[in-house]
Amino acid sequence: MSRLNEANVLHAKEIIGRYPKARSATIPLLHLAQQQDGYVTNEAMAHIGELVGATSAEVLGTATFYEMFKFEPVGKYLVNICGTLSCALMGADELLHHAEAKLGIKAGGTTDDGLFTLERAECQAACTEAPCLQVNYRYRFKVTPADLDQLLDDLAAGRLDGEVPPHGTVAKVRQHIPANKAVGAVPPESVTAPPVWISEAAK
Amino acid sequence: MTDIPVDPNEVRLTINGHEVVSTKGEMVIAAAARAGDYIPHFCYHPRMEPVGMCRMCMVDIDGGRGPMLQPACMVPVAPGMKVDTESPGAKRAQEGIIELLLANHPLDCPVCDKGGECPLQDQTFSHGPGESRYVEEKRHYEKPIAISDLVFLDRERCILCDRCTRFADEVAGDALIHFNSRGNDTHITTFPDEPFSSYFSGNTVQICPVGALTATPYRFKARPWDLAQQESTCTTCSVGCRTVVQSSRDELLRYMGVDSDPVNHGWLCDRGRFNFESVKSPDRVLQPLIHDGTEFVPATWSAAITEVAVQLRAARAAGGVNSIAVLGGARGTNEDAYLWSRLAHEVIGTPNVYPQMGDGLPADVLLLDRATIDQAATASTIVLLAPDLKEELPVLYLRLRAAAEKRRSRIIEFTPKHTGLSRYAWRTIGYEPGTQQSVVEKALADPEIAAQIAKGDVVVVAGRANLAETTVATVAALRSVLAAAPGSRVLPAFRRGNVVGALQVGMRPGEGGLDTRSVLQAAADGKIECLVLLGADPLADFPDTDLARRALAGARRIIAIDTFLTQSTQLASVVLAASAYAEKSGTTTNLEGRVTTVAQQVSPAGNTRPDWMIAAELAMELGSDLGYDTIDNVTDDIAWHVPGYEGITAAAIAAATDGIVAGAPTGIAPLAPIANPIGERNSYDFRLVVSRTMYDEAVGTATSPSLAHLATPSMVHLHPLDLGRVGTTEGAAVKVIGSRATVVLHVVADDSVLRGTVWVPFRHSGANVGDLIDCTAAVNDVRIENI
Repeated sequence: MSRLNEANVLHAKEIIGRYPKARSATIPLLHLAQQQDGYVTNEAMAHIGELVGATSAEVLGTATFYEMFKFEPVGKYLVNICGTLSCALMGADELLHHAEAKLGIKAGGTTDDGLFTLERAECQAACTEAPCLQVNYRYRFKVTPADLDQLLDDLAAGRLDGEVPPHGTVAKVRQHIPANKAVGAVPPESVTAPPVWISEAAK
Repeated sequence: MTDIPVDPNEVRLTINGHEVVSTKGEMVIAAAARAGDYIPHFCYHPRMEPVGMCRMCMVDIDGGRGPMLQPACMVPVAPGMKVDTESPGAKRAQEGIIELLLANHPLDCPVCDKGGECPLQDQTFSHGPGESRYVEEKRHYEKPIAISDLVFLDRERCILCDRCTRFADEVAGDALIHFNSRGNDTHITTFPDEPFSSYFSGNTVQICPVGALTATPYRFKARPWDLAQQESTCTTCSVGCRTVVQSSRDELLRYMGVDSDPVNHGWLCDRGRFNFESVKSPDRVLQPLIHDGTEFVPATWSAAITEVAVQLRAARAAGGVNSIAVLGGARGTNEDAYLWSRLAHEVIGTPNVYPQMGDGLPADVLLLDRATIDQAATASTIVLLAPDLKEELPVLYLRLRAAAEKRRSRIIEFTPKHTGLSRYAWRTIGYEPGTQQSVVEKALADPEIAAQIAKGDVVVVAGRANLAETTVATVAALRSVLAAAPGSRVLPAFRRGNVVGALQVGMRPGEGGLDTRSVLQAAADGKIECLVLLGADPLADFPDTDLARRALAGARRIIAIDTFLTQSTQLASVVLAASAYAEKSGTTTNLEGRVTTVAQQVSPAGNTRPDWMIAAELAMELGSDLGYDTIDNVTDDIAWHVPGYEGITAAAIAAATDGIVAGAPTGIAPLAPIANPIGERNSYDFRLVVSRTMYDEAVGTATSPSLAHLATPSMVHLHPLDLGRVGTTEGAAVKVIGSRATVVLHVVADDSVLRGTVWVPFRHSGANVGDLIDCTAAVNDVRIENI
């Protein structure tokens, strides 16, 4: 669909400047691309390759390693229902079936209005709160089918806009390091002094 | 440890109970292989960095804390280390890995091209458990998918060893294939719509340890056990990569790279690997042809040889021996060149003999202290005054790229256009053609560059970077480098397969003889009674097409010895059908002077004969018996008579694994350079840069079906910022106006081109850039106009 837009190219350049090697910025830039379009487009990956000096194939290889980068459009809200042991014992399957019935899609699908994508997820590390789910990676604990209905209705009505930003949003406030505060990127090969924690400890 | 090693880098360890002497940094798997203890493996490759991907090389290693299972490809040797490659634990681990690899690998060996030479198949038999506990459905993918024009990928067979992807990234520098996804979904892909169009893609097929990667020219053509093979040398370019030539039922089927340490490290370029198809081309000339005034008529060898002798005698009677010229000889073997030089110089008596087609450097470059490829790839400084090595001498590019990547060498590149090596060069200094000497001198005055050069151990790679200028400025620049860095060696980047061999064994002008340009000029002036083209195609290869055209029109008689009816041979009165590569045996000399064997693997096509035999028969017909019965007679005679080839007899070459490096030639007279003044470029003009690319209309490429379609049409490349100056846009057709002709080409914006210059690839389809080149002008300028 699209490459990084002008504002994001400026962000990208700032992010690249934080690393000694441009390639280290690949993943932050993929987040940036996902924030821009809601998913990572092929054009954006090719663009990131140009920016960090990698081939498009290398960027694709890196990006596809990670579950949280999406390569096809997903809904505004990504609902991940945990299906691993604790949640499964506490009724995750029923919850998922309920969600499928309510949204009219199978797990992995997206509603026609582009609002919801439903996924079955692996353990979300909240086993004491089973069954749990995430909406755009924000937790909901001990979810009953009624809670789920309420949640989906609230999301659809925009009542949770303040709490749950659209899919792809990395942070509501973008990190900005003023030039005079930036440590600067020192290539590893040009570091000669011992690390601070060693030199400080010696004092 | 009881004894103290003498060599500080020496490491003594025990493998399977016997002591092995290794060196610091060597991996256990390599030390074991040298000691004769084979450790099974898939991902490990001696020419690439280890990754420990396949886990097949698990062995018991005791580094002092008791035996532990460790991957032998990832553990460096250590003093006192005890390795057991066949312990029950190691065996259990290896069997487990095979069982896991086969959990998803389809057992379609009977229809798989790799079956019979497959490391997975072989090691399943030698190190596998014999049966599997897996009953589940195997993984399925669409099979096979084309990842480039030449290579197919079957992801079901892939065992994810990382060999092809590592090769693409580490060795070739074209990371166009990569692992995609994770865990059970991991597979190899290219980026959508960006194929694996590497010049070296064929190597991935060779190193794939399963049948996941296959190449178009060999798919489903043969079974490995039906292949007959011989070691040989690729003569496509002058690097002289060692190859294995394989055939079945007298048909060439495949070339594989042989790991020759001083030359190619096992790698081949795709052009060299796949252009054997041209040997089998239906367009080959299969018998002698005599032109009867209207068309070529097939003739017997005796009739054709007699006819050639008659024409040579007539030419000699009409214009004397100086009116006869022999051009070519760089595409054959040393023996072909030697007999043709004897025929020309001794029997016919002409001094006009030359193998280069006006696209190299003066032959006296060979008199300079010559570097070997190894010396170049380990030099502290490599100075490039050469064409784009990635395009013209691809495997030399791999060697020099590795030298720069592994930080052994710093590359200082002087070039009229950014090349494949520019990315890896320490300094890339662009020059406008004609100005290279002043640019080089200015660069050498730079304190940093001067300090780098002053470290010594400099190798200069010298060749023809631009066909649209004379060699004067390049040779002057070369002399400047040699003056600034005394003691540096030179690696001549000559292009054609055996051009160094041809020059050394005698295919060079005798007393008062002419080189190719002068021969063509004389022919154009009507002074050549008989022009012999020995595998030469001046109309296609000589940069100045106009001169070549006038020369072939002006020569009274043309005799051609060739494998194909090329543009030039079509004008001949007699065409003698020559045997091609792999149809004749002999020796060849690469650019460093290394003499290696060329093997005959199949019968000559049709009624063709090797060049040397044709020369011997012609000599006989002209009344002189050169006295050779077999090819070995000729090789031995070269060893006796040619300076630099002392002792390089057929027996000596056969005994030397990596060939023998010949000494410097003697008696090469410096050719008189054309010293036309180099004018200033008019600011409205562009200076013309013309060079070759890997895939062009060269006969070997054009007649190989798998490669032919990879050649692109001719385009004019401008720096993006120059587009506006001309007022044109990418893709538009423009008039490129030279001093004597105008050609129409489409524009490409290309930031590898320097501002103020235009680059046009030589010998691509479409408008012929050779029409713009005046080979006597020091440089050629062109004007660009919109249509």
